[in-house]
Amino acid sequence: MTPLQGCLLVSALLFAIGFAGAVTRRHAILALVGIELMLNAANLNFIAFWRYGAHPEALTGVMFVIFSIAIAAAEAAVGLALIIAIYRHYKTSNLDEVKELKG
Amino acid sequence: MSPAFIIIAFVTLFAAAAAMGLRNLVHCALALVVTFAGIAALYLQLDAQFVGFAQILVYVGAVAILIVFAILLTRSGDTPNQAVLAPGWFYGIAVSAVVFTMLGWAVLNSSALPKQIPSAPEATVKNIGDALMTKYVLPLEVIGLLLTAAMIGAVIIALKENPKSGSSRGNDAQSKKTEKSEPPHVGCYESGKEICP
Repeated sequence: MTPLQGCLLVSALLFAIGFAGAVTRRHAILALVGIELMLNAANLNFIAFWRYGAHPEALTGVMFVIFSIAIAAAEAAVGLALIIAIYRHYKTSNLDEVKELKG
Repeated sequence: MSPAFIIIAFVTLFAAAAAMGLRNLVHCALALVVTFAGIAALYLQLDAQFVGFAQILVYVGAVAILIVFAILLTRSGDTPNQAVLAPGWFYGIAVSAVVFTMLGWAVLNSSALPKQIPSAPEATVKNIGDALMTKYVLPLEVIGLLLTAAMIGAVIIALKENPKSGSSRGNDAQSKKTEKSEPPHVGCYESGKEICP
């Protein structure tokens, strides 16, 4: 197994863990944490392909990861603000009990 | 693969599983910090020093603190008594297992991956700064605008709503509280306004 394959496997497992958590946990904050883990897995893929791929001097992977980290930070701030607003409205942060928009 | 990489990968994955599996949310946040730090160490292993330290600053420093604040503000810091998994959790885990199997199969059997290991690339902070100021200056400006907009939006969304402003959100929450003790229609109309659909 080459180092690139090792990195890709670690990132695939991280993505699977994040996906399982985001789908199965009932708490809204943990769903957001699962999404963060999936984003981190994608960033790890970018860095691995940049390190072991062709033309690393172009810095494409590094740049993409820097912008991705910034967007993930913005997403986390807005998501947690939404969770706080939902908690204030419904007095719960359990995703199964927030269903007023359901038809 | 170096032994350091394997150890860091195991610690990261174990902490990620703990962050998704523990019952107490504060413990989940602490495991999440370990996961983020492990990913930063993986970046350092892959010769991406700037990204590794950016990861530590942004994720371990800011996002983890934000998550802890959200956990404590929503008063979900103590261990819950009821089930923490959604009713259809088995399907979720099955789907994620299928996803991992497919990804792992593709990674292990792909012929498109480069076989040789190139020497460590040059990614100094000077190079990254040069690229950010020349080739990537437009995305940099856009990301600055996006961060400003997200910050203002987060503050506005999380603002405490004024109960006298007459917005139906505050009244709705009140009627929800009264609904528990009284029949639903009494609770809906007692505030003088017709708020039920």
